[in-house]
Amino acid sequence: MTEAMKTGAIKVRGVHRRFQLGDQTVHALNDINLDITQGEYISVMGPSGSGKSTLLNMLGLLDVPDEGEYWLAGEDTVPMSEEARAGYRRDHIGFVFQSYHLVPRLSARENMELPMVLAGIPPAERRKRLAPVIQRLGLTERADHKPEQLSGGQRQRVAIGRAIIMQAPLLLADEPTGNLDTHSGADVVELLEELNAQGVTLMVVTHDMALGQRAKRRLRMVDGAIVSDDTFAISSSEEPAL
Amino acid sequence: MIRLQDHFTFTLRSLTRTRFRTTMQLVAMAIGVLAVVLLTGIGEGGRRFVMAEFASLGNDVLVMLPGRKETTGGLPPLTGEGTRDITLEDAQSLMRISDVERIAPIVVGTSRLSISGLSRDSLVLGTTQDFFSIRDLAFSQGQAFTTREGSRSRSECILGATLRDELFGPKRALGQWINVADYRCRVTGVLTDSGTGFGFDMSNALILPVDNAMQIFNTEGLFRVMIQIENIDAVPAMTTAVEQQMKLRHDGQLDITIVTPDSLLSAFNNVLLIMTFAVAGIAAISLLVAGVLIMNMTLIGVAQRRAEIGLLKALGASSKEVRLLFITEATLLATSGAVLGMLIAEFILWGLRFKFPEVPFATPLWASVSAIGVSAIAGILFSWIPAQKAAKLPPVLALQAQAGK
Repeated sequence: MTEAMKTGAIKVRGVHRRFQLGDQTVHALNDINLDITQGEYISVMGPSGSGKSTLLNMLGLLDVPDEGEYWLAGEDTVPMSEEARAGYRRDHIGFVFQSYHLVPRLSARENMELPMVLAGIPPAERRKRLAPVIQRLGLTERADHKPEQLSGGQRQRVAIGRAIIMQAPLLLADEPTGNLDTHSGADVVELLEELNAQGVTLMVVTHDMALGQRAKRRLRMVDGAIVSDDTFAISSSEEPAL
Repeated sequence: MIRLQDHFTFTLRSLTRTRFRTTMQLVAMAIGVLAVVLLTGIGEGGRRFVMAEFASLGNDVLVMLPGRKETTGGLPPLTGEGTRDITLEDAQSLMRISDVERIAPIVVGTSRLSISGLSRDSLVLGTTQDFFSIRDLAFSQGQAFTTREGSRSRSECILGATLRDELFGPKRALGQWINVADYRCRVTGVLTDSGTGFGFDMSNALILPVDNAMQIFNTEGLFRVMIQIENIDAVPAMTTAVEQQMKLRHDGQLDITIVTPDSLLSAFNNVLLIMTFAVAGIAAISLLVAGVLIMNMTLIGVAQRRAEIGLLKALGASSKEVRLLFITEATLLATSGAVLGMLIAEFILWGLRFKFPEVPFATPLWASVSAIGVSAIAGILFSWIPAQKAAKLPPVLALQAQAGK
């Protein structure tokens, strides 16, 4: 996979996703059409159960639409095999979860290293790539601690480190500040926006109005459909910090 | 694709950093293998011990005993019709059969031995010169009977090694006089310590010329007659020939039994082999239990690590890789558990050999190999199902199992 092919451009056409909950069918995604260009900063908001997370999972190739097309990096991912999607996830997508999802028995460094291990990158190259990321995240002194020895903000920074270590062009964040206090939440948001400023496509799913309104482009979902898609002129970096 | 070395690092970390779970699984597997190796080792030790006992009697030796032992049914001899004794003359007559190389009549009993006021009971065996050659007995001091048979004036005896030590201690035994009941004999030889053989502990016996022993025990009948033949292949023919000869001498009645070492040996061997297999079977069940335990632990592991599996897949691991990780983990566990169990078992067997040097406790190779093999297969097979389950998990479902970490 050459660097030139790595792009976070997204094209979604007529995507539906239904879940069976008991005898009731939930239409979690209802005819989603979406175009995202590389480097955009998008927030997805909406009430609980509106399909925000399903959309994020689908965009992150964790979930597969029942119908429709999802084009990522110039290819329709819907007909792909699970194995091929795994490769796409590894090379194109970075995840940041509300509950961090760090492997408890691995140190901060080992957690961040994990995607490179799975990609089969040699240890020397892994060390070379890790050093600047650890430094940038301010985790130099904490790199050998286990997640349980880290604060929530530090854990989320480890998770971000893990999301960006493969230089994925698309960063998907599901309530990235949901478990954090205001101060560490602001830190994490700042870090994500910095990455976006460097050209990474950033999509944040959130309940938090203040966080949602920092994005230039704001999607609003209700009952599995995108009801509004507005782009604002103000760049988030010109606004005061949270 | 994940690198091989990283693959092992990952599984090793997952084993070494979740100590409790790993320890429990190791113990389960180790106990399974321990049971197989230890039980078959003890069984095999017993079998070899008994086999060695019989092997001390050569393949070319028939044993004749008084009385007819029929394996078929029928009424017990209520009439009290006793069997006729095998006399010394009967025994000597067998030498006239061609192909009989040596014979050794045997009389056995216990008697009181005394020297200078000290006394103890001991096994007393009466036999002839040829007994020592048939049984391959060697002398550490002195020699076998010096005078030829038939002369009543002989008053010689030979001591087993243990008996010698107990009677004389550090003192010289050769040439000393011993009272056997009211009979006196001079020690002319001491046997080397050859252990037990064919039921008699020779190292605890005092051996007299057969006629003297018959006088002491006041008997005309022999306990056994050992017949060594020249040609091993002639065993069945010789059995018939000896039976014919005895029938002739006993007025046409066949009232002796001939035992061939081969028949004894194979009978015992069969019984003992079946025992070893039965023991191995019991042990195999415990191995199976250990395998099921491994499967359960892996299943629990999958349930506990759903979130991690989802994460690995989200980070780009393929289903195949997730499956492989789990299988490697279980296989590593199973084989190290098996090796651990085998080492412990071998250590215990070593201890047993040390404690009971006469029994050759040793696990047959097939038992060790199959124990390790079965445990490895159980490890792989029983981890296959949970690993398959883990791999099939859609990442989004797995991630919903919030680990909270």
